[in-house]
Amino acid sequence: MGLKSNLHNLKEKYKGTKMAPAFNAIHTFLYLPNETTHNGTHIKAADDLKRTMNIVIMAMVPCLIFGIFNAGYQHYSAIDAAAGVVREVSLLGNFITWDNFVIGAWTVLPLVIVSYGVGLLVEFIFAVIKGHEVEEGYLVTGMLVPLIVPVDIPLWMLSVAVIFGVVIGKEVFGGTGMNILNPALTIRAFLFFAYPTWMSGDKVWVHGATELAGTPDAISGETLLGAYAQGNTLPNIDLMDMFFGFIPGSVGETSKLLILVGAAILIFSKVGSWRIIFSTLVGALTMGLIFNGVVSAEWIGESSKFYGLMNIPFWQHLIIGSILFGAVYMATDPVTASQTNKGKWIYGFLIGFISIMIRVFNPAYPEGVFLAILLMNVFAPTIDHYVIQGNVKRRMKRLKVKTA
Amino acid sequence: MGLLSKKDAKLITDPLADNNPITIQVLGICSALAITAELKASLVMGVAVLFVLGIGNVVISLMRNIIPSKIRIIVQLIVVAALVIIVDQVLKAFAYDLSKTLSVFIGLIITNCIIMGRFEAFALANKPWQSFLDGIGNALGYAVILIIVGFFRELLGSGTLFGIPVLGDPIDKTGVYSLGYENNGFMLMPPMALIIVGLIIWVQRSRNKALIED
Repeated sequence: MGLKSNLHNLKEKYKGTKMAPAFNAIHTFLYLPNETTHNGTHIKAADDLKRTMNIVIMAMVPCLIFGIFNAGYQHYSAIDAAAGVVREVSLLGNFITWDNFVIGAWTVLPLVIVSYGVGLLVEFIFAVIKGHEVEEGYLVTGMLVPLIVPVDIPLWMLSVAVIFGVVIGKEVFGGTGMNILNPALTIRAFLFFAYPTWMSGDKVWVHGATELAGTPDAISGETLLGAYAQGNTLPNIDLMDMFFGFIPGSVGETSKLLILVGAAILIFSKVGSWRIIFSTLVGALTMGLIFNGVVSAEWIGESSKFYGLMNIPFWQHLIIGSILFGAVYMATDPVTASQTNKGKWIYGFLIGFISIMIRVFNPAYPEGVFLAILLMNVFAPTIDHYVIQGNVKRRMKRLKVKTA
Repeated sequence: MGLLSKKDAKLITDPLADNNPITIQVLGICSALAITAELKASLVMGVAVLFVLGIGNVVISLMRNIIPSKIRIIVQLIVVAALVIIVDQVLKAFAYDLSKTLSVFIGLIITNCIIMGRFEAFALANKPWQSFLDGIGNALGYAVILIIVGFFRELLGSGTLFGIPVLGDPIDKTGVYSLGYENNGFMLMPPMALIIVGLIIWVQRSRNKALIED
């Protein structure tokens, strides 16, 4: 008897008792349940919730692997930089190395484990209390969370935030599919407002920078966006580094190339909405263009504190910061996004538009993407409502013309 | 209780739990969000409302037969305003620092929905003694929630209670701070008060299913 049949027997034995959802959950998580095809085998659509979730997770794995190597790379690179050595990135030479992997795995994997462990524990507890099956909803959230936090975030903070995000962001509304706000972003917002010293500034983005601060070995852990917001720029970073992601930042959001690969997976499998991704980018570019226009019309001078970020060529906004990550993995969350096609265009456009606005106008929140998406999550049902009402009105008019 | 009849006692106990002004009637939320970052401020706010609502209810109840109904809101406002000014002046005289922390929110007791709500709903139609009990009960119900919220917000947000450090010193890293614990800055922001009030409502309604509305 293997583990699978053991679990199946346990499931049968505890059927109807309080612990049943817990056994069911382990069983469905690890194996295909025995009782899937009772009827409807002629139906070929296979995109159930679980498969949808798995595709999203698969689309994120490249980012995670890159994040692991990048965590190590940035650590050693910052140490070199503190010693006055400038590093030239070479993919096989000094990026994919055992040393980088060890540092990266040592810092990133605990984030993944804590995120999944704590989050699924909360889901299990709620499933047992409510007596329903454990939903797959957390599988994606649990993967997103480690990708959007700084490498050095203390694990207990992450646990507190995950508990808060899952309970307040999701369970109080009735669980997976009922939530108004994206749980992963709720977790990030909680961390940002609760422990700002660990979520922003020029230390936390590179492993070791916080620990070494104030010692003779101090290293810099600043992100590009943070530097721009201060009116500075980081040395030795060119556009290619930004695009391929060899820059400090949250764990999984730096490599724009791999995010685009993920976007391709999501769009090709029709899990993520290309309308949202595309319109978010259009919104961001529009806002960027407006700011560029403001600068070239000389409405603000170099003395303005907004000049640094406004002066960035508009298209570069897409490769600095995490707007692309937000557009591809966060804004497309089918539960919290707009449902109607026209609504998706408006929803996405406003996310991009507001993200860049927050990024430029509020140096305290150099990355406005998560705030913009949370804000638009709240408005998504309103957008849908008006799109549907507009549709109803148009059809009524047509009906009247016909009958008249 | 020998002192109060069963019906009178209910006037005090009901608002404490099953008919709580904040968690059930959802009144007076604004001040509950604004001043609960410190336990001391919550307590003083509770006492101030207790004073205003207790006396105000009696005054309105005594005048209930002579107030023309067309101008009753104005009369009620004058009574609240007079009482609130007394509280404000007393605080300024005897607890200046606290009055500064509470700043405009003492003055804003005038607009606290609980007070006008009780005047309208109870004092205008009941005898002074019952009105007094009702005022005390509702103010206590309000104060209890404020104190619970204030307790969690001050403890988790600043690591203190009544301004006394209970979790150690965050700068010298003593107590739990030596283990890597840090204060939760979110607790000091008003949205967190809303979330804590929400959690209290959640707990209360899941314990007493009769409170759940459809």
